[in-house]
Amino acid sequence: MSAMILFWSITIAQVVLGAAMLVTLYRLIAGPRAQDRVLSLDAMYVVAMLLLVTFGMRVGTVIYFEVALLIGLLGFVGTVALAKFLMRGEVIE
Amino acid sequence: MSRLFPHPLLTVALTLMWLLLQQSAGLGHILLGFVVAFAASHAMARLQPHKPRIRRPGLVLKLLAEVTLDIIRSNIAVTRIVLAGERRKATAGFIKMPLELRDPAGLAVLSCIITATPGSAWLEYSPAESSVLIHVLDLIDEGEWIDTIKRRYETLLLEIFQ
Amino acid sequence: MSFDDVPLWAALLISACVLVGAFLTFVGAVGLARMPSFYQRIHAPTLGTSFGAVGVLAASAILSTIGEDRFIAHEILIFTFVSVTTPVTLMLLARAALHRDRVEGSSDVPAVVERPVDQ
Repeated sequence: MSAMILFWSITIAQVVLGAAMLVTLYRLIAGPRAQDRVLSLDAMYVVAMLLLVTFGMRVGTVIYFEVALLIGLLGFVGTVALAKFLMRGEVIE
Repeated sequence: MSRLFPHPLLTVALTLMWLLLQQSAGLGHILLGFVVAFAASHAMARLQPHKPRIRRPGLVLKLLAEVTLDIIRSNIAVTRIVLAGERRKATAGFIKMPLELRDPAGLAVLSCIITATPGSAWLEYSPAESSVLIHVLDLIDEGEWIDTIKRRYETLLLEIFQ
Repeated sequence: MSFDDVPLWAALLISACVLVGAFLTFVGAVGLARMPSFYQRIHAPTLGTSFGAVGVLAASAILSTIGEDRFIAHEILIFTFVSVTTPVTLMLLARAALHRDRVEGSSDVPAVVERPVDQ
């Protein structure tokens, strides 16, 4: 019984998180400006991280959590770099 | 002592993080983590001459509790706003708010709190006139917002850091 | 690991946490897509990173404490990491957007009071 509840709730959560990723993808494509795209990329990183955590819950290995940490780290560095670029890129132009 | 350990709290936190990453508390890991944290804290001392000082550590817990409660409350509020969609009038707006807090560490904490709370975002701090620009999603009464932030966070942060 | 060892109350608690977390993250994403201006959109992802993340990570932490004997180190690390880094990225982005809007002379944003010192 509890196995079924867990299985279905994690599956539903994964579907919902996947839908969230698609919605952020819409904003990534639609823009309209560069800062909107960077913001949606950042949100997408977070959703991907949570998705990996749910995969880790299902399988029960540590590897997924380490990948989630790595994604969080890369997302942070990437967004900071892009934000800095948005700030400075215009000054140089 | 303070020359040997320029940032004791940072050293302890980094060692702890190392142990959590390794998922073990063996002697070897503790030593290795400590060496890394020691080097990092010295690098930090070189990078940042201003060292934040926490004067009232007991109040940090109170601040944490208030922030958690506030984040729960604003999570619900923002969820409502998003789900209401176009049926709701746009009430977003900018607030310019004067601050008494001057300490850089205190300002950093305040900015993180305000941005981490859904519904309000810290945009820009102007050191010259010591004011900050905040964007609020559900702006009805500007004075009320300034009052809440001042009463809830700034007084606590003033006591902790200044 | 099999899910069968988990007691029923824990299974219900875990599903509630993970579903609430996923739902909040989804609402945040919808807000990101629906809000009309950039400065309104910047509020939406914090839903996912505050209690969206807490829900999913709490579910994972409960599951790993009950199901397997694994210490919840990674959940703690991910949570601290997310809660510390998102405000920083959002603030940087907001400042970049403000700067870009001002360079273009947009009337939607407040004008520069004076040059910020720390840039």
